[in-house]
Amino acid sequence: MSKLYSGAEIVFKCMEDQSVDHIFGYPGGAVLPIYDELQNFKSIKHVLVRHEQGAGHAAEGYARSSGKPGVILVTSGPGATNVVTALTDAYMDSIPLVCISGQVPTHLIGTDAFQECDTTGITRPCTKHNWLVKDVNDLASTIHKAFEVATTGRPGPVLVDIPKDIQFQKTKYKKPKKEKKLNGKSHNHFNQNSIDHLIDLMSKSSKPIFYTGGGVINSGPKASELLRELVYATGFPITSTLQGLGSFPGDDNQFLGMLGMHGTYEANNAMHDCDLMINIGARFDDRITGKIDEFSPKSKKVHIDIDPSSINKNVKVDLAIVGDVKTVLSSTLKSLKQKKSKFLKSNKQKTSKWWEKIQKWRSVRSLDYIGSEETIKPQYAIERLYELTKDKDSYITTEVGQHQMWAAQHYKFNKPNRWMTSGGLGTMGYGLPAAVGVQVAHPKKLVIDIAGEASVLMTIQEMSTAVQYNLPIKIFILNNQYMGMVRQWQELLHDKNYSESYTAALPDFVKLAEAYNCVGIRAKTPEELDDKIIEMLNTDRPVIFDCMVDKVENCFPMIPSGKPHNQMILGPKDQENKKITGKGKSLV
Amino acid sequence: MPNSKSAYSFSNKKEKFDTHIIVVWVDNEAGVLARVVGLFSGRGYNIESLAVAQVDEKLKISRITIVTTGTPQVVNQIKLQLRKLVPVHKVADFKREDKAVIFKEMALFKIVGPNNKLEGALKACKKYNPVLLDKTKKSNVIQITALRREIDKMSKDLKKFGLVSVSRTGAVAMTRGADIFK
Repeated sequence: MSKLYSGAEIVFKCMEDQSVDHIFGYPGGAVLPIYDELQNFKSIKHVLVRHEQGAGHAAEGYARSSGKPGVILVTSGPGATNVVTALTDAYMDSIPLVCISGQVPTHLIGTDAFQECDTTGITRPCTKHNWLVKDVNDLASTIHKAFEVATTGRPGPVLVDIPKDIQFQKTKYKKPKKEKKLNGKSHNHFNQNSIDHLIDLMSKSSKPIFYTGGGVINSGPKASELLRELVYATGFPITSTLQGLGSFPGDDNQFLGMLGMHGTYEANNAMHDCDLMINIGARFDDRITGKIDEFSPKSKKVHIDIDPSSINKNVKVDLAIVGDVKTVLSSTLKSLKQKKSKFLKSNKQKTSKWWEKIQKWRSVRSLDYIGSEETIKPQYAIERLYELTKDKDSYITTEVGQHQMWAAQHYKFNKPNRWMTSGGLGTMGYGLPAAVGVQVAHPKKLVIDIAGEASVLMTIQEMSTAVQYNLPIKIFILNNQYMGMVRQWQELLHDKNYSESYTAALPDFVKLAEAYNCVGIRAKTPEELDDKIIEMLNTDRPVIFDCMVDKVENCFPMIPSGKPHNQMILGPKDQENKKITGKGKSLV
Repeated sequence: MPNSKSAYSFSNKKEKFDTHIIVVWVDNEAGVLARVVGLFSGRGYNIESLAVAQVDEKLKISRITIVTTGTPQVVNQIKLQLRKLVPVHKVADFKREDKAVIFKEMALFKIVGPNNKLEGALKACKKYNPVLLDKTKKSNVIQITALRREIDKMSKDLKKFGLVSVSRTGAVAMTRGADIFK
């Protein structure tokens, strides 16, 4: 007779078989049996966070930087509700997470027991799938299935809710089944005809553009390699969404920078004027398209995506290719080589006028800002940070707001999985715990959270986690004492009524760092900035870097709400001419 | 404020709303109906009627029939989102005017009144396969099976015969002919 294991042991047996090496969690009454078993499974390291939201974002950072699913362990009731923000964040940005939550014993479910909540009910709309395990015999197969659902197709978060009595009950352990098909849901639905159609469109186009997104990153490093190969083989310009940064080298001449609300002038104008748009792993998000009726009016649109429900959701496309980016790109490259081996040469002439136009847009230099010798401009701070860290293969996380957009604009990424930011949900407080997760996955690498002072205070307690596990993360705060993006919108759209966007009683971040037993550094002038950054980089402990920047700097360029791509506000000088009026004001 | 699916699209184009009958085959497990229905409510789509029951005891498959209205784009999005759910096996979509599909709903009417009214009510239902389920001196319970609009009409027409209570199911659907939906 085979050995019997308790539910709690089975949780860890499953994790072993799923090659989990780190879990992020916080103990509590309903998961105590699981925590009791932790010590018997040496290959699995637990990272104790300070708040369950932190566990969730840390698992996201871990997943995004490593390509493996992030695993979370939380207790019932508040433990589960605290992790909801992170699950929703992962759902929006398609990050694979497996969340194990404790639940009150089965006989108490529905009695309003202590720390009871309807966890599967609450998390149903923010997970790919979730399970309440009511029979210990289903536990192993459910957890294995959970890993499969989280990591296959369009990745996303899942949750397994395990009542406490199930954790004690014993049964046989079942290894994961090698099952490829998921309820008949395979992921590559394209055929050679679509690929041929794509190549035909490519060879006919004189104003093409690649528009790439997080799907390229999610498809694995190989997809980024293939993307580079395809972009070089065609000579087409390429732009990327916020989530796609790093899949193509940020300093390459064919790269037009990020597109969208705070994208570059050249990227947005090229999107507007192109005759062929090839969307690879992006989803026509509203921050990207601007006014949808006037979005790229003259182009044929191709959409490559693993999720059939993304096709024609916001923008109708002419050719849809449903499949994994890596597989689609490799088929495309193969066909391109066979049929049009001299594509680059023959196309250079055809797209030369297009490139001339792009150079003209480029010459506007839309990311420029007015420098200062007295105060640190936030853009300058990012530029210096980039220059001083670009040879270090660094990993960057961010919070949400102006600093996030400046980081996306001015920090150039050359590799996938190096950029972790909350795009879909826009979660302030994401970056610090995400940096914890990234550093856990990459202990020897440089991990920087480019933060704002308002965002970072939402999850600042995770500094304590970083100190406990000797995770030398660097929290680089662009401190302007305002919720900068809120202040910017109030300036541009609400007649400078700065309602509640100024934080009047900020902590002293240097002293705060000392209180957490890590290192605090403050930079006040552009002159001392480089030295201070170098000091930060030379510190092998967690650092909170308080970079005092210009308080009223705005993030440009910007597509105002309700405007199409070709009507951007460029900078301080341009604003007078393009006041935002009427409907645009009511949009988010 | 105009309806908008995205923060930016203040679409001026009025698209046509069609009634669709969506049939979903799902694993009969806890919470599955909430998942399906949640997709509708979470996106602000309305459900006109709903019918659900297990249809395969061995495989534990339930069949959910949902009547909804929406633009072609919305209905397409509903179908694609439904197909993504883990317990969903297949999704069929029929337009109400589709001749190749049979739609039926059932209704129970309670009539209270003198004998001549009770008889009048039964007579009025004649076209819709009436079954007299319960009869007392003062009351009748009549079952009919018909289309939605026919039941709507009967619910109105029977008032004069002393209709006091109506209970009705959602629509169920089945394709005509030998073919089944795969």
